[in-house]
Amino acid sequence: MLRFIVRRLLQLIPTLLGLSLLLFIWLHRLPGGPETALLGERATPETRAAVREAMGLDDPIFVQYGRFLKQLLTGDLGNSLSEKRPVIDLFLERFPGTIELTVVAMLFAIGLGIPLGYLAAKRRASWLDHMSVGGSLVAICIPIFFLGYLIKAVFAVKLGWFPTFGRQDTTIDATHITGFYVLDGIMTQEWDAALDALWHLVLPGLTLASIPLAIIVRITRASVLEVLNEDYVRTAQAKGLTERRIRGRHVLRNAMLPVVTVIGLLTGGLLSGAVLTETVFSFTGIGQFAAQSIDHRDYPVMMGFILIIAVVYVIVNLIVDISYTFIDPRVRVR
Amino acid sequence: MSLLDVQDLSVVFHSKGREDVRAVDGVTFEVRSGEIVGLVGESGCGKSVTSLALMGLLPPRGVKTGGKAIFDNGVDLLRTDQRTMRDLRGREIAMIFQDPLSSLNPVVPIGDQVTEVLTRHRGMKGEAAKKEAELLLDRVGIPDPRRRLKEYPHQLSGGMRQRALIAMAVACRPRLLIADEPTTALDVTIQAQILELLKELVHQDGTAMVMITHDLGVVAGLCDWINVLYAGRVVETAGRHALFAKPTHPYTHGLLSSIPRLDSVRGERLNPIPGSVRDLLPWLEGCAFAPRCDRVTEACVEGPPELTGGAHAFRCVNPVLEESGQDEAALYSREVSGAIE
Repeated sequence: MLRFIVRRLLQLIPTLLGLSLLLFIWLHRLPGGPETALLGERATPETRAAVREAMGLDDPIFVQYGRFLKQLLTGDLGNSLSEKRPVIDLFLERFPGTIELTVVAMLFAIGLGIPLGYLAAKRRASWLDHMSVGGSLVAICIPIFFLGYLIKAVFAVKLGWFPTFGRQDTTIDATHITGFYVLDGIMTQEWDAALDALWHLVLPGLTLASIPLAIIVRITRASVLEVLNEDYVRTAQAKGLTERRIRGRHVLRNAMLPVVTVIGLLTGGLLSGAVLTETVFSFTGIGQFAAQSIDHRDYPVMMGFILIIAVVYVIVNLIVDISYTFIDPRVRVR
Repeated sequence: MSLLDVQDLSVVFHSKGREDVRAVDGVTFEVRSGEIVGLVGESGCGKSVTSLALMGLLPPRGVKTGGKAIFDNGVDLLRTDQRTMRDLRGREIAMIFQDPLSSLNPVVPIGDQVTEVLTRHRGMKGEAAKKEAELLLDRVGIPDPRRRLKEYPHQLSGGMRQRALIAMAVACRPRLLIADEPTTALDVTIQAQILELLKELVHQDGTAMVMITHDLGVVAGLCDWINVLYAGRVVETAGRHALFAKPTHPYTHGLLSSIPRLDSVRGERLNPIPGSVRDLLPWLEGCAFAPRCDRVTEACVEGPPELTGGAHAFRCVNPVLEESGQDEAALYSREVSGAIE
């Protein structure tokens, strides 16, 4: 098992090297450059040239890439061109927000999706089944920014049950240690701060959960339907076991395998930034940050962002692969 | 006294936009305590549906059952509520299925699959349940049972898996064991061992058994009483020796001449029954076997023949009346003592 993990992590190195080279060349070929974003359209060619030179953008691309790699090997992702601060710091300020949002969204999606999918399969062709299948189709089709504004308009603006934007109320004097506001609140026992941060997560969490929820409902339903027809479920019934035992031990455990794969992929996807949800709720996360960096042609930020997301993806998938071995004894990691 | 009395059992499958399918059409048979009864027929004759109906395991929707199946103390298995059925299943009536690999849960250790029956019906838990499961595995001939408890179905051989399923079925010493083609998915050598094991277990426990099979070789060495099914009806019912000595229905006769015997002459050709089950007529229009029968006359299609003939009864207007007079069951037997040695 340990060898498997180490090897998978080592495989990251060539992946990241290839990815970074491709991206580096591609990003630098994009029209426009950081100097335009910095100086505006009306800057004189001389000032532009001066800024480009100062940023080292006139060197041949492989020299620039070499410089980037050298920095990377020391764990340094460089400085942001627009904010003049280390990329890693900017990233660390924003990633906790995205992780919190992802966790909350996935909790909603899993907590609602698996029971709904199971019930839909168990009561096939009932109104509940039709509602779940139809509802999940709507959830997949509806644009996130539309759904987000709708939820916000109803529950935050009209009913006033939840805050409209941000990660925490600015009037609360909260101590921040890790950048995970809920966790910070719990660690410092500032319960009002923790609760407030959690409260801020509900609406964006629900918005972000819509698509994963729909996918999990569908996959669970399909998978449970298949398992319900398996011979071993009939054996379990023939043993006179209770419904509960059959459901937990025999149906869900087997039906979970495809669901776990999908949960892994979805989590990876959400972590790589929920740009729209973060924008709608003015939520400080990496999604918004990444979108800005593209506007500013902030090459170091874009590079850093993509490389970090690649690492996150690999790790999430590694966790999924490892969790397989616990659910299905036939799967052996090698 | 009969343990199970099945009267006029019928199972009809409805599906939207299609004609109803009468999978079982008035099946009547009886199982006495400690007796082994065979239900024999080719695929599609309704034998598996019969067993699932008795276990209450048919899908809840789109299925209509008729008739009665009175078990022991007067419970009608077809009409009783789910709760009572759940209490009976696994404790009083147990079942063994055809394919041991797909019938075992792939992600749960064998031991847990045995102990869950013990917990459910005998209230055993923890180490006591484990100990009992070990004894059960040992009883069905699984070597090194302590280690096997922790293993998963894919780590066992086909024969071992079927033995494990048998262990689960006999865990509560049921009064009735229904075995649905328990040897079909196994190698011939393993088949004989499994049959021998089943015979031994039911004799020791005094359990009655319904053996469902398409293989007359299986029933020949095992069953006290045999019902031959065709197209959802019993076409012939008789004691083992009577049936093999004097197969009266042309279908039974055909089945017996289509399988090799120990005393058949080398090079002699087998006589298969022409056609397939798909050629059958609905019983309402006469004998369902008529299209495949070589003794067919006009009388055969005038109306469904009744089951006649007392103890050795058959459903035919042109029965085969030749009789060999000797007990021929042994010549077809698939048992260790019969065929292998």
